Amino acid sequence: MASDPQVVRFEQGSRVPGWDDAADLDKDPAGVPDAATTSVPEDLRAEIEASMAKYPERRSAAIPALFAVQRRYGWCTPQGIEQAACVMRLTPGYLSAVATFYDMLETRAVGKHAVYVCTNISCSLCGADELLAALRDEVGGDADFNLRGFECLGACDIAPMASVNGEYVGPVTLAEVPELVRQIRAGDEPLPAKQLRRRASADPKATAPAADATSVAPVTAHSADATLQS
Amino acid sequence: MTDLLLFKDIDEPGLATIDVYERRGGYGALRTSLQTPRGTLIDSFKGSGLRGRGGAGFSMGVKASFIPQGSMQKYVVVNADESEPGTFKDRELMQKNPHQLIEGIIIAAYAVGATKTFIYIRGEYVHQADVLDAAVAEAQARNYLGANILGSGFDCSLVVHRGAGAYICGEETGLLDSLEGKRGNPRLKPPFPANQGLFQGPTLINNVETLSTLPHIVELGAEAYAQIGVRNSAGTKLVSVSGNVQRPGNYEIELGMKSRDIIYGLAGGPPEGREVKLWFPGGSSSPVLTGEDLDLPYDFDSMAKSGSMLGSGAIIVVDDSQSVVDVCLKLAKFYAHESCGKCTPCREGTSWTVQMLQRVQDGSATPMDLDIMASVQEHIIGNCLCVLGDAMAMPVGSMIAKFRDEFEQHIEAARAAGDRAALAEVS
Repeated sequence: MASDPQVVRFEQGSRVPGWDDAADLDKDPAGVPDAATTSVPEDLRAEIEASMAKYPERRSAAIPALFAVQRRYGWCTPQGIEQAACVMRLTPGYLSAVATFYDMLETRAVGKHAVYVCTNISCSLCGADELLAALRDEVGGDADFNLRGFECLGACDIAPMASVNGEYVGPVTLAEVPELVRQIRAGDEPLPAKQLRRRASADPKATAPAADATSVAPVTAHSADATLQS
Repeated sequence: MTDLLLFKDIDEPGLATIDVYERRGGYGALRTSLQTPRGTLIDSFKGSGLRGRGGAGFSMGVKASFIPQGSMQKYVVVNADESEPGTFKDRELMQKNPHQLIEGIIIAAYAVGATKTFIYIRGEYVHQADVLDAAVAEAQARNYLGANILGSGFDCSLVVHRGAGAYICGEETGLLDSLEGKRGNPRLKPPFPANQGLFQGPTLINNVETLSTLPHIVELGAEAYAQIGVRNSAGTKLVSVSGNVQRPGNYEIELGMKSRDIIYGLAGGPPEGREVKLWFPGGSSSPVLTGEDLDLPYDFDSMAKSGSMLGSGAIIVVDDSQSVVDVCLKLAKFYAHESCGKCTPCREGTSWTVQMLQRVQDGSATPMDLDIMASVQEHIIGNCLCVLGDAMAMPVGSMIAKFRDEFEQHIEAARAAGDRAALAEVS
């Protein structure tokens, strides 16, 4: 998130929360949380254990586990990290180190609507910086929004674009900004006509012969019966 | 022009479902492969001339032949962490034709004897990962994945692993660390992943497009595939064209096509009245080319000879209304943010380059700073575990070399504007 100037400051200007809390030197360094005393919500435990089962080594589930924590608590809270560490038999410090490495894992409280605007070269050539500024103005100080510049989202063909809770939309014009923000607030589909998943390929040779490019069905046609038929 | 391979009927409704894919002859190449001896398959990959589509352009068949024989646990990992700025071809392949990729993965896994495979997809691609998950479930239900695939005695599992937003995880060893649940720091090479990769086992890592091509090689035959394209650059390639062009998007071309025909013919060229000022031929980490280079054939060797590289096949076009200083600063900021911090030349070099470019932009730099900046780039290249630092140093160095006048004029103009503002304040 190179383009975002906002840096959150805590006590005395520090960027680390709780940095001046007194350390208890008599205490052992944090180890793997004790399963007997750490309460972990059942569904969270089940989700993390299911992830761990997919890999030859349980540690591979670190990112899926942190995503599970983030989905449940809104961000990777210290309590959530401790719970994940307890299930995975790792130290909370280890998981915190992983969480701080990745841009999509939030290590502080953020708004529930994740809106990423790509501001890399291709998008900024097409006006992404103006789009981000316009979205900032429209959102105002609304704490429900987690609006950030994010690079590169890999959708330069629909520049300037945004990822709204994971849904790619673009090209977004400045005139559409108020509508987009209203839709996000209301929990509606963001700019349905401009969603990437509904977009046909640009390659003129690749267009399906029978289908009109504009009427191509969205690629959500994974029907449950397709698997049942076999 | 040859027929399309990867993008054939890419927008056909329901292509992402196994029924439509099978109706079109899908998984036929897998059946053929499972009847073929492994050595023969790897030889055909070599003979096809297929070069890696992720950026390095290394022969896919040769890489596969590095995987040792033997009964140890081996892995195939798909690099779907497409994060190189300007690149968005794998996204379209995964979203619209996931079974083509899955078929390619199983063929590669069978060829090298790997029974566990992973797709490492970047976390931002939420929809594409969902599509892949559904496709993997379908393939499992029809025994293309799982135990004793189609009665051949070959077992193979496939897990879709979502990343969480880090450019460095597109670097193959950073990706492996991330897949092992660590911070995505690159590793020292050698040992190369073919010997010691995921969980210390021999690992074949390939890009989405590379593996999606394998079913076509099996179907066409290696010799027929090698006929497509030009010498040392066989086959078709997806190019992602973006930036100041009228029709940005993914286009499948035969390698060796003239660059001008891609940028102007397919993508429509810059807006009316504008000219191409510079273009990145292979993602933002490739050294820039100018309007004079537009007649070069677009293939691996021609791009290398021109001092740049084909990279991931992402063409970013910048027209003459844009400032090269802005592009350069944007690019440097991206790499400074994404540097993992493990190697000093990259960690320090990228952030100092950003600071120097900021001085250029606000007019407080001198032309000597441009020389210092160019020398910083030289000190980054080749001195780190991975090429992230090089990925900034090469384009920045090339922009300073090719557009030095504009950098100097920008410094002068910005300084003069600053002086005028200061004078106005005083008077």
